[in-house]
Amino acid sequence: MMSVLAIDPVPWARSQMAFTLGFHIILVPLGVSWAAMVLIANYRAIKKDDNDALVLAQRWSKFMAVTFAVGAVTGTVLTFEFGLLWPRFMGKWGEAFGVPFAVEGLFFFTEAIFVAIYIYGWKRLKPWPHFWTGVPIVIAGIGGSISVVAANAWMNEPSGFTLNSAGKVVEVNALDVIFNKAMPYEAAHMVVAAYLVGGFLIASVYAMGMLRGRNDRYHRLGFIIPFTVAALATPVQMAVGDTLARWVYQNEPIKFAAIEMVPKTKSDVPETLLGHLNSDGTVSGGIPIPGMASILSDPKTGTSTVVEGRNAFPTSDQPTIAQVNTVHLAWDVMIGLGTLLFLLSVWFGLSWLFRRDLPKTRWFLRIAAAAGILSVVTMEAGWVVTEVGRQPWIVFEQMRVEDGATTNTGVWITFLVIVAVYVVVGVTTILVLRGMGRRWREAGELDETEVPYGPRGSVERPGAPDEVPVG
Amino acid sequence: MNQSDAVAVVLFFGVTAYALFGGADFGAGFWDLIAGGAERGERPRAMVDHSIGPVWEANHVWLIFCLVVLWTAFAEAFASITLTLFVPLTLAALGIVARGSSFAFRKAVFRTRDRRNFGAAFAFSSVLVPYCMGAVAGAIASGRVPAGGKAGDPWESWINPTSILGGVLAVTVCAYLSAVYLVWDSRRLDDAEMAEYFRRRAVVAGAVAGIVAFVGIFVLRSDARYIFDGLTSRALPLVIVSALCGMGSLFLLVRGASRGARLLSIGAVATVVIGWGVAQWPYVLPESLKVSQAAAPSGTLTAVLVVFVLAAVIILPSLGLLYVLDQKSLLPGEGVESTSTGN
Repeated sequence: MMSVLAIDPVPWARSQMAFTLGFHIILVPLGVSWAAMVLIANYRAIKKDDNDALVLAQRWSKFMAVTFAVGAVTGTVLTFEFGLLWPRFMGKWGEAFGVPFAVEGLFFFTEAIFVAIYIYGWKRLKPWPHFWTGVPIVIAGIGGSISVVAANAWMNEPSGFTLNSAGKVVEVNALDVIFNKAMPYEAAHMVVAAYLVGGFLIASVYAMGMLRGRNDRYHRLGFIIPFTVAALATPVQMAVGDTLARWVYQNEPIKFAAIEMVPKTKSDVPETLLGHLNSDGTVSGGIPIPGMASILSDPKTGTSTVVEGRNAFPTSDQPTIAQVNTVHLAWDVMIGLGTLLFLLSVWFGLSWLFRRDLPKTRWFLRIAAAAGILSVVTMEAGWVVTEVGRQPWIVFEQMRVEDGATTNTGVWITFLVIVAVYVVVGVTTILVLRGMGRRWREAGELDETEVPYGPRGSVERPGAPDEVPVG
Repeated sequence: MNQSDAVAVVLFFGVTAYALFGGADFGAGFWDLIAGGAERGERPRAMVDHSIGPVWEANHVWLIFCLVVLWTAFAEAFASITLTLFVPLTLAALGIVARGSSFAFRKAVFRTRDRRNFGAAFAFSSVLVPYCMGAVAGAIASGRVPAGGKAGDPWESWINPTSILGGVLAVTVCAYLSAVYLVWDSRRLDDAEMAEYFRRRAVVAGAVAGIVAFVGIFVLRSDARYIFDGLTSRALPLVIVSALCGMGSLFLLVRGASRGARLLSIGAVATVVIGWGVAQWPYVLPESLKVSQAAAPSGTLTAVLVVFVLAAVIILPSLGLLYVLDQKSLLPGEGVESTSTGN
């Protein structure tokens, strides 16, 4: 690169990684959980001869084809970026960090194969065999996300390797890499999140439709299936998240100090809602709930629970003040929105329990329509907590971020290009999905000749008159 | 064979599979690109859509497979490659995004203008990506990527005779393979006219690929001596088999009698890719980093091999199922609604 363009790559590499991961993670819940919801609809369609469910299942699978494709290619970019942005990290740690990805490759392969069979198999496969070709997608989706999160968890709790005196990895225990201490908690949190976010996202589209007066059975079913999945996931997520937070308190005190904005080690730590940490170590603004952080950290010892503060760690090993404030704000957003989504789920659950119906007020639909985006924000906030909370480390206490980054000074250019490309891809994805929905609405029901699982007709040719695109 | 050799073989198995399956998908994009205007190119494009629709994502996973095996088993080489070849790899990554998403979008939209724009993005990136991949291969093969997780020249490393050869050869070979596969897909769908259309293109592409490969011998002799020596000694049998397969497939294609042509074309391409691997043996990065030096600790290699065995047990039969269903025309289209619904 020319010297005029020699700009420090580290902040740009971090920005690009954060941006591309943040983009890809929106598609992940759809990849992981949508297939399960499609199968619920598909099962209902076959078992109860429910035509609305059938139309839903096969339209969802068509949407899924688009989101899966975009998810696959943006995931591929991340694979490239491990090398392009973090070559020195990969050069040193790939031998350990790479192991969970090798496992993930198995799941991704399975997923890609069966997504294709399921999506393209509607017309000619028999109903039950076709249904079963969808099941591996669900299993692979869960397995794949567990594997990827295992790699992330390893960055937080690196284990399963031995270094020689020169700092080179000389021995690897693959199982200890995969099943590192943080892995079960983080993986559970993400898998449940995938079902929660996927459910709320899909339901929100139908909530919008119902708000616009499309109150038919098809739309209600399109709302109820994913919303029920999400509503069931929400309380589970609260329990998993609470367990994880306590685990972080016990095992990653520096991250916990950032989460709770604790400058000095002490007991009776308040849970401060919002607010920020100043450079002199004082906390201003926000609403402190006395003793709450201590109580939540260990209910047995209550307010006398001691929480380690940032001052317990060397300055060079702490997240910066700005990072602490980012982590704390993200934490508050995650907890706040998570609680809101939980209450929304309870509302839905009670209404269903007592009246076998959705809550009558339009406010329920309005909030449900917002829940899709809110759940995405919640999930993104969660990733900010764990990623920014690990700073300044890329591998906790083993390698700093700047030591893992590329030395290519042109990263700022690739960052700008990637942002531009992703904005186009993101906007287009939404437009294409909306266009598909609108087209189907205008077309109405499936006509006679398009009944799935129909008799095997003659092989149609591409370009045959019924498939010619008309502008 | 020790562990590191075995993993190197696994890696090359992935590279070969990616060339044969992913390569054909890229080639389909090439034919899409030069199929002409919206009207004239409609039928070939529909055939391309139909042909790679159900399989391209699965085929594409071989790339992930290769990258993951490379960075896990040969981390130092991976660091050197990504540091040195930052530009072509970034272009390839962007191309993959443009290609995959616009292919998916094109099928989901109906206005001619939208289809044309997405189609152009798909087709253009289908040529860009294999070119970059070929250039990367050329950079590695010609010893321009230094060992030690260090960066080589950011430009000359991939703008040089061997890289240009690699890029052009990748694009032509992809086009050739794809045209051959498309002949079969057209026949399977009883479209004799398209079968003929792609047969003629397969002949041209095959001839061009052969010429490029022949010229390549001289390029390698002056620019990538280690590989050249390897290709003319221990990899020579593979080179000969490749040449024979290529000529045999061309012969069959020209005569229109296509039985065996597909198999021979696969053989021609596979032996070239494997020949490259054999020729640069025992190096990951020729003349600076040997497979045995670059290999990860034994625990990692065992994990990679175990995963590969699992893949052989789980993935290969699944892929087989996908291809068999596809070849039996049991995967005719997404969903059940015909694409004309929204007009």
